[in-house]
Amino acid sequence: MVAFWILAVVLLGSAIWCVTAKKPVYSVVALLLHFAALAATYLTLNAEFLAVIQIIVYSGAILILFLFVIALLSSGVAPFATGPDRLPKIAYAAIPLVLIALGFLAWALARTTVATPATSTSSTLGPVGTAGVFGSVADFGTALFTTYLLPFEVTALILMVAVIGVVLLAGDSPPDVPSKKHVEEVRREMREAIVRGGDQ
Amino acid sequence: MNAMAVPLSSYIALSAVIFFIGVAGVIVRRNPLIMLMSIELMFNAANLLFAAFARAWLQNAGHIFVFLVITVAAAEAAIGLAIVVTVFRSAETVDVDDVALMKG
Repeated sequence: MVAFWILAVVLLGSAIWCVTAKKPVYSVVALLLHFAALAATYLTLNAEFLAVIQIIVYSGAILILFLFVIALLSSGVAPFATGPDRLPKIAYAAIPLVLIALGFLAWALARTTVATPATSTSSTLGPVGTAGVFGSVADFGTALFTTYLLPFEVTALILMVAVIGVVLLAGDSPPDVPSKKHVEEVRREMREAIVRGGDQ
Repeated sequence: MNAMAVPLSSYIALSAVIFFIGVAGVIVRRNPLIMLMSIELMFNAANLLFAAFARAWLQNAGHIFVFLVITVAAAEAAIGLAIVVTVFRSAETVDVDDVALMKG
């Protein structure tokens, strides 16, 4: 209970810091704090595998990618360090209004009661790490590779498309189409190489 | 046995507020990197909701969905950053308002 409120304050504060930071590097640091707090929140929800992949994938891979791009683009280019801020001064007057609106949203959602089943439907709570207990890695893996095998395979396809897209976007421009003379020359060289290999 | 220490509605409220902070970041900020980070904030708010509902129903389908969302978010971040690098190479700007090539 206390842990949830501490984590909620950290999550909200780091999210606001991430959005309002002047420099993108500070935003990355705020996002790192946010992801760490979110991993801890997953632990309070009995989702230990999610907490681990939150740290590994988000904090380990995605944020490092952001840092690499910031470091790559800001080297020698001054304007990239401080992002352009198009917010007019009068907008600062709207900040308390926004905070009141967000507080009202949180209050309205928090006082509603959500219907949940009285008893467990598929698995039970219990000591962490054993199969059949909610949130255990064994159950997660079993479900992922049996019931949800098709979405898992589609995920592989999505990642492959992403890799190809990134290489096409950020990679070097493709070389010119070789001339016919060049192709003939390469073919002749390959033929000669094969003949030489056959002699030995 | 099934009761959560914190009511589910608290998690819903927290997730909603984080989501709208992300929305505000995308709308207000004009730096493409911070806009991408705000999109990550929105992804994570949705993930928190998935995990909270999975805990409330004691079914790990929500965990599977979070796993898939994290994978898609990784692909999205990679593609988005590649687009930022490409645009920056050609346009030499970091303001998304100045990149209006496809506006017509």
